[in-house]
Amino acid sequence: MAYDKFEILKSTAVPLPVENVDTDQIIPARFLKATERAGFGDNLFRDWRYNPDNTPKAEFVLNNPVYKGKILVGGKNFGSGSSREHAVWAIYDYGFRCVVSSFFADIFRGNCLNIGVLPVQVSAEFLDKIFTAIKANPDTEIEINLPNQTITLLENGDQESFDINSYKKENMLNGYDDIDYLTKMKSEIQEFASARPF
Amino acid sequence: MSKTLFDKVWDSHVIRKINDGPDVLFIDRHLIHEVTSPVAFLGLKSRNNSVLFPEKTFATADHNTPTINQHLPVEDPLSANQLKALEQNAADWGITHWGLGHQKNGIVHVVGPENGITLPGATIVCGDSHTSTHGAFGAVAFGIGTSEVEMVLSSQCIMQPKPKKMRINVNGKLGFGVTPKDVALFMISKLSASGATGYFVEYAGDVFKNMSMEGRMTVCNLSIEMGARGGIIAPDEKTFDYIKGRLFTPKEEAWDKAMEYWKTLKTDADAVFDEEINFIAIDIEPMITYGTNPGMGTGISNYIPKAESVEGGVASYRKSLEYMGFNEGDKMIGKKVDFVFLGSCTNGRIEDFRAFASIVKGRKKADNITAWLVPGSHDVEAKIKDEGLLDIINAAGFELREPGCSACLAMNDDKVPAGKLAVSTSNRNFEGRQGPGSRTLLASPLVAAATAVTGVLTDPRTLL
Repeated sequence: MAYDKFEILKSTAVPLPVENVDTDQIIPARFLKATERAGFGDNLFRDWRYNPDNTPKAEFVLNNPVYKGKILVGGKNFGSGSSREHAVWAIYDYGFRCVVSSFFADIFRGNCLNIGVLPVQVSAEFLDKIFTAIKANPDTEIEINLPNQTITLLENGDQESFDINSYKKENMLNGYDDIDYLTKMKSEIQEFASARPF
Repeated sequence: MSKTLFDKVWDSHVIRKINDGPDVLFIDRHLIHEVTSPVAFLGLKSRNNSVLFPEKTFATADHNTPTINQHLPVEDPLSANQLKALEQNAADWGITHWGLGHQKNGIVHVVGPENGITLPGATIVCGDSHTSTHGAFGAVAFGIGTSEVEMVLSSQCIMQPKPKKMRINVNGKLGFGVTPKDVALFMISKLSASGATGYFVEYAGDVFKNMSMEGRMTVCNLSIEMGARGGIIAPDEKTFDYIKGRLFTPKEEAWDKAMEYWKTLKTDADAVFDEEINFIAIDIEPMITYGTNPGMGTGISNYIPKAESVEGGVASYRKSLEYMGFNEGDKMIGKKVDFVFLGSCTNGRIEDFRAFASIVKGRKKADNITAWLVPGSHDVEAKIKDEGLLDIINAAGFELREPGCSACLAMNDDKVPAGKLAVSTSNRNFEGRQGPGSRTLLASPLVAAATAVTGVLTDPRTLL
């Protein structure tokens, strides 16, 4: 599924200073029953966001109108657990284009890059700075600059660079994905397959 | 150049290396189930692509299936719809499909090995993080997302950077009542739920050498719970004995040829790992978790650690204990338990039912316990009956359900109610994992059995 190109994103951010946020919290298994990719944003963080009677939990950050924006900032080891891509679909569908953390689980990071959500890994110190800045001023703007690979707190210019390999960077900048790449390799793949022992 | 086992398998599957980018990795075996595949098939269709090698993909229904009355129509319309989509997609593309009620049906990571789909030296992927299970056979196996499921369907390849390599050696002899599940939970508790992120882990040493194939599967299965991409164990005679003669295992000349290759699948003596960790078997006791990630585990006779003594943030640790309704310093043994779940791709194999039966034999289920005993496949179910385990289990007041993922992720009706405490042989104790508001303690089948007959968390060594 194609996604929008990602170049420079300037936005306020939603803070979630919790460690080990697993994909079961991002989207619980009982909401994985769809056969098409639609409507997952409604159930993003379902059980942290809503009471069992479906009324919103006022204390959860997504229910606090003060916090908004296209950037989600999470604690260490974000996206651990289940490989469900639905978790990233829910994040994208809700309106986020970027997740910032000091550490991402492997499969989650890969899933993000495959559907056009940019995972930005920062140092633990910079993550603290972001949380502190947002706490002091929820309107704090953050700039994610993919061509330069930098993340900047715009109010004071605090900046850090982040890693992304040049192949994935090109993909994100152009809205391509791996299937576009692999489709062009078909004959090479068929040749390789014919030499496999099993 | 010297290579690790992981290097040998990974490198031999790389079709192209992209400079400052991922490897294009050829996939030998692709397993699919009803939950993470439908959108991949939609993508395939919308791009006008076709399934490149239908004979390399295998489908089974497991995540979303009922574990009673499987002969009746599935009641939940959404679940029924997903099962139908899997059946239709498999039929459209000529993919082997073991749907609900099929004799070969069961949990994807149980039926793969049972049918010789899982082979040493193969690359195996599935849209499920516990695909790491198949590493027990010396395969490079790991979970992928739905976009990657579509990639494998259309090109039999995925694109991923090669992970770093870690080796964990556990030497010595395991103590009385200590099972493969305890070894895994011990390693996770030492490394934390994220300690192996970015790595592929080889398990080596006496403990894994002496372990059954079922035990090795349990250990590799849980690799993801410390963040690892996957786990792998060098194949040996035990491995070859297990796979020989199974449905999709190579036969005759093809077997001999494969064996020549499989015997080379071990880490060279001077190969280097990015990280190497050693543990001693005798330090491991039956394990129990007390928090909301699998890294929050300890020996069953211990007390819940103080927040200051654990790595990571104090606030997240306390939030976790608050959810569980536990306090720092609490003793675990003796906590009143409501539910016991034996099953899942972690502990739903025949050996797990043998262990459970060894404790409940001649005893009775405690009145306060609701127990769900769910075999990993119809093959496992048949063995339970053949070996007389069903009679033992029934005499103790337990019933056997039909195969599926069941209460491990509670997509079907097997949900632990809010606030209730479950001892579960599955793999995740995340908040609400076994049903909204449910609380989970991860443990071995022996701990589950001991708890099921006493009604409180019990050290199985007191009953063996």
